Amino acid sequence: METRNKRPPEGLLFEVSRPGRRGADLPPLDVPADGKHHLDRRFRRDDIEGFPELSEVDVVRHYTRLSRLNYAIDLGLYPLGSCTMKYNPKINEKVARLPGFADLHPQTPEELAQGALRLMHSLERALAAICGMDRFTLQPAAGAQGEQVGILMVRAYHQDKGNPRQVVLIPDSAHGTNPASAHLAGYKVEQIPSNARGCVDVEALRKRVAEDVAVLMLTNPNTLGVFEGEIETVARVLHDRGALLYMDGANLNAFVGQARPGDMGVDVHHLNLHKTFSTPHGGGGPGAGPVGVKKILEPYLPAPVIERDGDTLRLRHDRPKSVGRIRSFHGNFGMFVRAWAFILAHGPDGLKRMSETAVLNANYLRARLQKTWHLPYDEPSLHEVVFSDKNLEATGVRTLDVAKRLMDYGFHPPTIYFPLIVKGALMIEPTETESREELDLFVDALMAIDAEARQDPDLVKNAPHTTPIRRLDETTAARQPVLRWTPGQKEK
Amino acid sequence: MPGVHRYLPLSEAERAAMLKAAGFSRPEDLFASIPEKLRLQGALDVPGPLAEQDLLADLQGRAAENRVPDPRAQFLGGGAYRHYQPSIVDHLLQRTEFYSSYTPYQPEISQGTLQAVFEFQTLICQLTGLDLSNASMYEGASSVAEAILMADRLTPKKKTLLSDRLHPEYARTVRTYLAHIGIEVQTFGHRADGTADPQQAAQALASGASSVVVQHPNFFGCVEEVETLAAVTKQAGAQLIVAMNEPISLGLLKAPGAQGADIVVGEAQGLGVPLSFGGPYLGFLAARAAFMRHMPGRLVGEAKDVDGRRGYVLTLSTREQHIRREKATSNICTNEGLCALTASIYMATLGKTGMMDLARHNHAKAAYARTRLEAAPGLQFPDPAPFFNEFVVRLKGSAADAVRRLAEKGILAGLPLARYFPDRDRDLLVCVTEMNPKAEIDRLADEIGRL
Repeated sequence: METRNKRPPEGLLFEVSRPGRRGADLPPLDVPADGKHHLDRRFRRDDIEGFPELSEVDVVRHYTRLSRLNYAIDLGLYPLGSCTMKYNPKINEKVARLPGFADLHPQTPEELAQGALRLMHSLERALAAICGMDRFTLQPAAGAQGEQVGILMVRAYHQDKGNPRQVVLIPDSAHGTNPASAHLAGYKVEQIPSNARGCVDVEALRKRVAEDVAVLMLTNPNTLGVFEGEIETVARVLHDRGALLYMDGANLNAFVGQARPGDMGVDVHHLNLHKTFSTPHGGGGPGAGPVGVKKILEPYLPAPVIERDGDTLRLRHDRPKSVGRIRSFHGNFGMFVRAWAFILAHGPDGLKRMSETAVLNANYLRARLQKTWHLPYDEPSLHEVVFSDKNLEATGVRTLDVAKRLMDYGFHPPTIYFPLIVKGALMIEPTETESREELDLFVDALMAIDAEARQDPDLVKNAPHTTPIRRLDETTAARQPVLRWTPGQKEK
Repeated sequence: MPGVHRYLPLSEAERAAMLKAAGFSRPEDLFASIPEKLRLQGALDVPGPLAEQDLLADLQGRAAENRVPDPRAQFLGGGAYRHYQPSIVDHLLQRTEFYSSYTPYQPEISQGTLQAVFEFQTLICQLTGLDLSNASMYEGASSVAEAILMADRLTPKKKTLLSDRLHPEYARTVRTYLAHIGIEVQTFGHRADGTADPQQAAQALASGASSVVVQHPNFFGCVEEVETLAAVTKQAGAQLIVAMNEPISLGLLKAPGAQGADIVVGEAQGLGVPLSFGGPYLGFLAARAAFMRHMPGRLVGEAKDVDGRRGYVLTLSTREQHIRREKATSNICTNEGLCALTASIYMATLGKTGMMDLARHNHAKAAYARTRLEAAPGLQFPDPAPFFNEFVVRLKGSAADAVRRLAEKGILAGLPLARYFPDRDRDLLVCVTEMNPKAEIDRLADEIGRL
């Protein structure tokens, strides 16, 4: 039986290009084309070699066809753990495109941009209320840049006290961006082990924290979806020795409205507007990584900060202790509009209901799956739950195979092989925007795959079978990298 | 608790049944692992909830508080550029399969994103004349910092030389990024015509450096002598980093890669990405093949599937933070995927002739504006060097005052340079693009002449 459509796969832009076509036109030039300021020939190019030539229709069809090869949150559950793939409200797309926002130039004089500054100021205050922090900077472009800013502020704080210190402590369950960001701030990274419950080993921490330790970067809830129940003790151990506590807020969706980092002894943390506050992931960004701080770190915030001056809001650049700028202009403003709309749509009770539902959905999945799937850490789950492939050991089916087979059942797989402290991890985060029937269908799929693994393991090991393309040879792709199209390159 | 929210599918009955199935008796018990004294008492101090209709009205009100003149009468540049976005660009971007998907970790169900990134990488290589491009960076300023780090990985001499004609926010960002990792930042000066001085670069290079950073066209609009700077840099064994923040200029200017640049990096917002008060924008980073395993960020490569079909995957990920942790080439993870898609659709739509015509129009309009202003008495032009679509005009009085007075007449005349350089009170950076019809350019020149 034929299982695939006979239309050939969509070629690259450069292959579907035909000389002499164009997809856009310009108004007639209404000024002289030549004059004394005409650019000398030696500066000018006379071709953009290989650049595509397509009509408007060609471009529309090309990208529409490509789009159909993607899975997306609007098609169903997208349970990537710690990625918080929730529904992206459509009104947010509409308001971010209002001409007063979308066409606003970042160099517009402050007096003419009060609406935008007011929105940023409101968002900053709402985030501070949600997180129990004193101030926020909205400048960082994504979570990792937020981490970098946070650790730079920690460094400036210690430097001000006379010693920047040398070491950043990071639990073994942390995201890879944590050590990479700490390194960029000039610190040596040391790993702190997890205990049998998957949380920070407080005794190990107590032994290690000394004068050379600047900060601990703690993800809470951690990457197992478990609340760091001893976080107050952790904070005390650090503070007693002059060190600070950084919280990675990637998993903030778990407790918005239920608890606040600022009440837990956290001195500085980032959050991801593209996770908790629903701004779209866009197939790999844009994100936005605001950073909240306690008063002690306020002098070091990146410049500029927004401040009230009578009835006017101003961008204050004169901040002598600031760590400086981490990027151009004011941050990913388009994401601020969407996040602000998300907060307004929910209100205080709605945000609380949001986290409650996210945790309910995760626990519902956990309860239905744990009879069949191995749960390496039997600790209370918040917004996500981590299973492993251990129960399938005898079948030879591995986590990767399970992930690929889920595609045949119409789902995007969970995050796999992370956190590193779980062998063969399947990290599942459903978020609050899933219906019961969607969760049930996902459970059914995982149950069916478990049965298949026992009866017909090759079916699972050779999955996926129904996707536009099947497993790709990633090893050869990395050994002999082809990272761009070149003229004359033939499609086989 | 409120009733059912429009974004939450569960009914009250379903909620109760699921809670029971999960082994809990009350919703509060879901949070039993959070110590009691850390549990928030009372409600969050945030506004809302608003029904969609009220939400729209509220945000329309905020947007209307921005009192911005007609786009045809705006002459702002300085790192963000006003260009017309063809309708199909946003139409295609609103395909939910693009904007509501994640980083393409699972290639079998992400070929749309992966092929689009592979095409983006190719388009950037074609524009810049280089071998490699990554999937995108955050924005221009931090991309330049990443380029300096990358250059130092190939030739570790722990020093970079910045042209003093680099965007001041970029220079400030570079200093933030490099503050604690042992790479020294030194600045070199410019010639009387407004372009970076190759002789000063050569002198500074004599004591050793891994890279020279030159913005082109520079912050003040001048087109740089890339070939000369490349020769000087190459002779000293360093890498020439050409920073760009107006990508439309590449429709007219020679590809810097063909002129000897080792890395071309910067801001590609001009390729159809909305101004949006400064972000999200689109950093890009292109380089010679020698940098392949030193690149920061995501790279997409071609691969074959088990049936021999062509596909695309994220590749060379052993450079990246999720594998290499603190030894990674960068901490970047989420980048600006959707903005890269915007730029790709924009470039595909304009195509070869469209890009070249557009650049020609921008240059012709800026040249016309400059000629008109030169005819007005009492104005000066500190930089005689050639320019693309931006230049500095020195007014008789304060440029900030001039901007305020012209704003009352519905014109945004440009960027007063005192914003960055307190001693340049009379200088105004004027940018002219295809968005400015001749009539508005004439009005700008007349009004400035009348000040």
